[in-house]
Amino acid sequence: MGAAISIDYITHHYPGQEDPTLKDIEVTVAPGETVALIGQSGCGKSTLLHMLAGLLLPSDGCVRINGQQVIKPSPRWNMMFQKPSLYPWMTVRKNASLGLIFQGRRKGLKDRIDQLLDTVGLADKAEVNVQSLSGGQQQRVALARSLATDPELLLLDEPFSALDAFTRVALQDEVTRLARERGISVVFVTHDIDEAVAMADRVLVMGSNPGTITAELKVELPYPRDRASHRFVDLKSELMEFFGATRHPGGSGVQPRAEAEPESESSRRQARIRAA
Amino acid sequence: MNREATMNELNPALERMIPFLRLADQVRRRVQYPTVGIAGLFALWWWGGWLIANNEDTMAFASFAPGPTLAAFWDLVSSGNVWKPIESSLYRVGWGLFYAIAIGVPMGVMIGYFLTLKQITHVPFQFLRMISPLAWMPIAVLAFATWDGAIIFLIAIAAIWPITYATAHGVQRIDPMWLKVGSNLGANPIHTLRYIVMPAIAQDVFAGIRLAVGVAWIVLVPAEYLGVTSGLGYAINDARDTLEYDKLAAFVLVIGIIGYMLDAICVRLIKRSSYHAES
Repeated sequence: MGAAISIDYITHHYPGQEDPTLKDIEVTVAPGETVALIGQSGCGKSTLLHMLAGLLLPSDGCVRINGQQVIKPSPRWNMMFQKPSLYPWMTVRKNASLGLIFQGRRKGLKDRIDQLLDTVGLADKAEVNVQSLSGGQQQRVALARSLATDPELLLLDEPFSALDAFTRVALQDEVTRLARERGISVVFVTHDIDEAVAMADRVLVMGSNPGTITAELKVELPYPRDRASHRFVDLKSELMEFFGATRHPGGSGVQPRAEAEPESESSRRQARIRAA
Repeated sequence: MNREATMNELNPALERMIPFLRLADQVRRRVQYPTVGIAGLFALWWWGGWLIANNEDTMAFASFAPGPTLAAFWDLVSSGNVWKPIESSLYRVGWGLFYAIAIGVPMGVMIGYFLTLKQITHVPFQFLRMISPLAWMPIAVLAFATWDGAIIFLIAIAAIWPITYATAHGVQRIDPMWLKVGSNLGANPIHTLRYIVMPAIAQDVFAGIRLAVGVAWIVLVPAEYLGVTSGLGYAINDARDTLEYDKLAAFVLVIGIIGYMLDAICVRLIKRSSYHAES
């Protein structure tokens, strides 16, 4: 079952920096929900993700997963990074097995990994050294590695941004499918609007200096998503507008553009802009 | 060089020979250049021997030349007298390296991992490193009850620096993401060391050991000039005292051959411990 996350008023200062990197972030994620964090580089979205993973502690506020405060990494919530960062001295199987080995769960390990590698389409590569794989295949191994420990929550830090377009789309769909099948909650960081609309149930737009959540957009499209559909394209342009708002903060008041839009579907999108 | 074309015209019997010809070609290429090098060294040696033999002042040392040396070498090997000193020397080098590795690798891991430790140890370690191990000889003799102990200490103190610093270098080169992914997967410190750090630095450690073996083998001979009554260094000194220059040169040959073999073993270990895919 997926994890319920509650991010309670996180504010974070990096040592030596006057302005907070993150300010009063408050978000909840329902079990099984997929949430995208988008924003320009430096808005603190990656910092926030590291806090969810327990790799970084906020200076104020806390993250709770299923009511439990996150203070360190756990195999129950697993992070995938932009680079697959596989261990080049190991085979595909060994890389995928590591989480289970670290947990001491060696019983039935082989079958489990076989099954997982099959799921990510690498069954025939199990005994191959990871250095011989393509970037997309390597990221699949990283995905298998993350899923091996049965996480309740998957955190993705721009994991597909280094891949070519075809592989990227394939992996976006695959991760979404697997997460939905297994009921895993997903929080991912991206600066690819396409990716956000393709994968997320809800998109949070972040602004920088200090990092706050400036807008929220629900993506109520059925899976698997048709990227050429009108609504998909509409949502993308809507998101792009939010993005524009954060990039050029218009002085005193940013207009809630979603409501200003004379479009019939806008009510269903429930988009709103929070205080900028 | 249109080899394929000419081979296609060969009859089937010869065609079956092709794999063997290929192998022969590879062997030739691997042997050819080293042979030239070895022959060159022999030529220089022979020339030196000829110069010594033809100079009235140095004629007494004529048995340094290849002929007498190889004859003495053959005597040493066939009589089995060569093994005892080799055994003593390898015993000392082996233990010296053992201590150097046992202390140097953990020390290198710590220095590579903790920047503070690196800064603290920099001056004292560079200072100690630049002192010839042989300078410690009098102290070593006082401090250790046996000559063997003193020599092993000298070898260890010479070998420890390359191992320590190669290890530290390896640790510093570890991709921080590997550690992050590890902790993200729930690795404890022992897991991190065993599955991530050690495999990542193995090649650097063996490169350090290779350097250390070179240093140890060089320090061994002068260390064995002093006090002990066994080993290759002693054998050389002994041959000098008895004016058996052919035997002396034969032992020099033995030192070179064994040193070369030790280095070759290290090269193999370095290659085997490399995680880089062979291309």
